[in-house]
Amino acid sequence: MNDMPAHGRWVIHLSLFLGLMLAVWPLPDAVQPYWPAWPALILIYWALALPHRVNVGTFWVVGLLLDVLKGALLGEHALALTVVAWATAYWHLQVRVFPVHQQIVAIGLLLGLYEFVLFWIRGIAGVGQPLFHSLAPVITSALVWPWLFLVLRDLRRRRQVS
Amino acid sequence: MSSMRSPASRWSFTSSSGKGLKTFLLIVVSIVLLSLDRQAHHLDQFRRGLAVVVYPVRAAVDVPFSAWDWLSAALASRAALLRENEALRRELLESSASRQRLAALEAENQRLRELLGSSRRVTHDVLVASLLRADFDPFRHRVTLNRGTNDGVHEGMALLDAEGVIGQVTLATPFSAEAVLISDPNHAIPVEINRNGVRTVALGTGDLGRLELRYLQNSADVEEGDLLVTSGLGGRFPRGYPVAVIASIRRDPGQAFAEITARPLARLDRLREVLLVNPRGDEPQPATGDEEGDDE
Repeated sequence: MNDMPAHGRWVIHLSLFLGLMLAVWPLPDAVQPYWPAWPALILIYWALALPHRVNVGTFWVVGLLLDVLKGALLGEHALALTVVAWATAYWHLQVRVFPVHQQIVAIGLLLGLYEFVLFWIRGIAGVGQPLFHSLAPVITSALVWPWLFLVLRDLRRRRQVS
Repeated sequence: MSSMRSPASRWSFTSSSGKGLKTFLLIVVSIVLLSLDRQAHHLDQFRRGLAVVVYPVRAAVDVPFSAWDWLSAALASRAALLRENEALRRELLESSASRQRLAALEAENQRLRELLGSSRRVTHDVLVASLLRADFDPFRHRVTLNRGTNDGVHEGMALLDAEGVIGQVTLATPFSAEAVLISDPNHAIPVEINRNGVRTVALGTGDLGRLELRYLQNSADVEEGDLLVTSGLGGRFPRGYPVAVIASIRRDPGQAFAEITARPLARLDRLREVLLVNPRGDEPQPATGDEEGDDE
């Protein structure tokens, strides 16, 4: 299976492009803190479904692009996503077979790790932010996960991404 | 290479340690990048390259909003257009009336400066740019402009809108530029009080509607409602553009400095079109004008 040539790789790239778009989508201030961490969620999906295509390197590159897009310090999101990639790879065989409610908890933990690393780096860099802005996206991200999962799985099966 | 893995390996020692090594290396690289980037300017070239790579994302986000603007302009009713036209005509008349006075003042100012032996160019190269509607982090006040070095934008240019100073360009790429707003917590702009010329620095607070003046003494001559204009010190901003008005003053006799806040004049949350001004246009020029020998 792993020796087969990559098929439908553009689907992965397109979904990540959309994820980056959503990450910088202009939002009203009231919604801003609750906006899910789309790129992280999409990366986690692919890392669970196709670990031989989306690995820690992909996470890092997307993180770096996210840094530039968001005007953050270079390496901020890259570092956070690398840690998430490691945790996802360590855990992916279990998470893949979890029922939905357990997956929500697992995604919440992964996103919690992501936001924690971001919060920590920003604290050191002196760009502090209220804790609420780190906690809210963890919860909303975990809640949108089942729907995102269904959409991406459908896309993967239809386009036979492997 | 991941294709080397056999399906049965799963979490065999080799594959997981290979992954662990790669993760470890990327974490180290990220930390190196973070510490280099914090010491400003080491990575500007790298960031510029990446900014070009991610430009399509920003442009794609902006498309639906620009399309909506275009559509609503195309479908605007004739009556609304006439009304707007009328308002603009009136505004133009008022502006040109005050500009006539300004022209006389400028000429007088120039004559006086020449008498004093120092000359200043008072005209600036002005460039109009619009903002791409793509958000940055809520705690970093940045914007992206749709003009880049190809249009003559360069780093350090000041951003203005019709009301006052907005910020400055921090990163210019061929097609776009990034600017930091005066309200960014890491930004400071040298200002003076228009009424009496007292100089100070207005610091961003991370709040779009508030600047702080931290270094004015309790005894300083400052009142609520005073207009702050750029002082031109530091050479980053051209002199004499309005920035903010003093909103509140709290003098605590136990403290050496007064707590003063100011409200930016520009509507930083409603920006769409901005003017880019070259700060060098206002630097004192040697009277001989040996530089480039331009419009003297």
